[in-house]
Amino acid sequence: MIEAITENGERREMTINMGPQHPSTHGVLRLELVLDGEVITRVKPHIGYLHRCFEKYAEKMDDYAKVIPYTDRMDYVSAMNQEHGYVVAIERMLELEVPERVEYIRVIMAELQRIASHLLGIGAFGLDLGAFTPFLYLFTEREKILDIFEKASGARLLYNYMAVAGLMRDVHPEFKEEVSDFVKTFRPKIKELDDLLSYNQIFIKRTANIGVLPDKVALNYAASGPVLRGSGVKWDLRKNDPYSIYDRFEFEIPVGSGEMGTLGDCWDRYIVRVREMEQSLRIIEQAVDGMPDEGDVMAAIPKRIRPKEGELYARTESPRGELGYYIVSDKSASPFRVKARAPSFVHLSMLPAISSGALIADMVAIVGSIDIVLGEVDR
Amino acid sequence: MTHYILNISPVAILVHAAIPLTIILVYALVAIWAERKVAGFIQDRLGPMRVGGWHGWAQSIADLLKLIQKEDIIPTDASRFLFKFAPFMMFAASYAAFAVIPFSSSYIGSNINIGVFYLLAVTSVLTLSIIMAGWASNNKWSLLGGMRSAAQMVSYEIPTIATVLTVIVVTGSLNLMTITEMQSGNDILGFLPNWFIFQNPFLIVAFVIFFISILAESHRVPFDLPESESELVAGYQTEYSGMRWAMFMLAEYADMLLLSLLGATLFFGGWNSPFGDFMSGPFWSFFWFMLKGLLLVFVMMWIRWTLPRYRVDQLMHICWSILIPLSFINLVLVALWEVIF
Repeated sequence: MIEAITENGERREMTINMGPQHPSTHGVLRLELVLDGEVITRVKPHIGYLHRCFEKYAEKMDDYAKVIPYTDRMDYVSAMNQEHGYVVAIERMLELEVPERVEYIRVIMAELQRIASHLLGIGAFGLDLGAFTPFLYLFTEREKILDIFEKASGARLLYNYMAVAGLMRDVHPEFKEEVSDFVKTFRPKIKELDDLLSYNQIFIKRTANIGVLPDKVALNYAASGPVLRGSGVKWDLRKNDPYSIYDRFEFEIPVGSGEMGTLGDCWDRYIVRVREMEQSLRIIEQAVDGMPDEGDVMAAIPKRIRPKEGELYARTESPRGELGYYIVSDKSASPFRVKARAPSFVHLSMLPAISSGALIADMVAIVGSIDIVLGEVDR
Repeated sequence: MTHYILNISPVAILVHAAIPLTIILVYALVAIWAERKVAGFIQDRLGPMRVGGWHGWAQSIADLLKLIQKEDIIPTDASRFLFKFAPFMMFAASYAAFAVIPFSSSYIGSNINIGVFYLLAVTSVLTLSIIMAGWASNNKWSLLGGMRSAAQMVSYEIPTIATVLTVIVVTGSLNLMTITEMQSGNDILGFLPNWFIFQNPFLIVAFVIFFISILAESHRVPFDLPESESELVAGYQTEYSGMRWAMFMLAEYADMLLLSLLGATLFFGGWNSPFGDFMSGPFWSFFWFMLKGLLLVFVMMWIRWTLPRYRVDQLMHICWSILIPLSFINLVLVALWEVIF
């Protein structure tokens, strides 16, 4: 506004920094917005405020196993999935067979973590749109999952629970009952969430037809996970490129349908996450039924892992999308190179493509709907 | 009546000024605590529990003491005078409006015969002080918040005034005391009090429009855009801290109470007891009046912790294409009803 008066009568634009200290940027993200009134004409994300040199650390740890705690810290709201991806990659390099029981526990943990992560994502999305209460209701549920994790691993956020060829320790004896209890109590809560938020008229008005991501654009940007599925593309690595024991379970891939507006809008991305939680519950139920009660949780491997020379790209489905680890081994005790392909990073890069012409309030909705975690963006 | 104020002594003027101020200050401390407790209960948690023992009743007092002690920060490039002045002007505007509110059957600050008009005129100054704060802070978020608030309050004043006008059509008086006295008695269907909300079906519609408009006027969810924290950081309050920020908070809560009390006066019989002569008299009328006002405040809190927020263009759409036409049509219908019955 000041610029318009003093510099040039033609100029109506104002540049404004959204972040790094802003309540709705989900961490330390800085968005450089060029505004015409409240309409955004350009947006440029600036990243790197949370860079912690994951890849360099991985090369210098002198041990493949010591990298696992660092993977936790990438996407800190879904640490189990990050570990899962990494151990799957290393096990493929070593061509290891992992005990049955371990696979089942890993799947249960990964799916619980997926629910916990979506709960946070959905809750924070509602918070961005001014709905405070659903956030706290969802956090109550997330708390129950964290309690299960805490009993199993001793930690509530960064677990360091999965190990190469096994688990750090066996789960507690009541694990199965606790998980089944959670599944039972959580199902009705999804219905409650639908009533409170998903089909709330104001919420629909704020999210439908906003930040439309057409499927072609999504594929060109290499989007994955709920963001891609929100655009109607049926693509889930658990089905399309199964890892671990996901090929044994029956579940569906929910996709967006443009139910409330255009295909690929914020509401579609949101509802895909809600429906995915239901599918995760199905997987957990089947895994709890199939999980062997007895068995080792660690396969016999040498203390120092030295995979044979070569390279490998292993991808898994994290709550945010395709989490890939590209690992190069030179036969030494530490990886020659570890590259993590983080879905949030990819999704953030398409922000300018889907947000021009939006209002500031829409910008908040769009950032919330792609559900980025800055720890993963910057690594 | 015109020289009412001039005829009384300075001491009486001070007393008349102090009574609403005391009510506002006590109410603000209770309301801020209550807001947090209501939020807590709605969200399955406890809210403040520590300070003062019983359910953290002294939390607001502790917060107030903290705010008084805080450093007074003024941004370097801020317009110093306007920056300092804005919060006090905002509070003054909502405080001044309490002068014409009939708190009890025997107490009204100033019994002027243009009460409603005065109230609406004085509260318009709120808009000015918000723009002032937004502009003077020299912060882009503040400016955006200030601009939003100007657009919002100017727009929503129209349906507010139109619905107030529907009541004026029925009463034929602008004096809030007279309006309240007209609602005494329990004659409708033999037991219902003679409140305007029960007198005329179109006045129910008027009340709904009025309530939506005062939600927007006092910046409550789902219309809390000027200070929407997830978009504009804190809107026009971004650069304020300490006591100046507390003044904004106080003014905001005072404004909520003021508009709720206005609603209670216009539609729910003001200080009239719902049971006719039972529990009436100066003290009980004050009790009933505050109870009605606080109930409306509670509904505002309830809405705040339940609903998401509208977007700025949707807010304007609701006002200009739904509420304003509806309120004017309703005004005509109420007038016709009054002519026919």
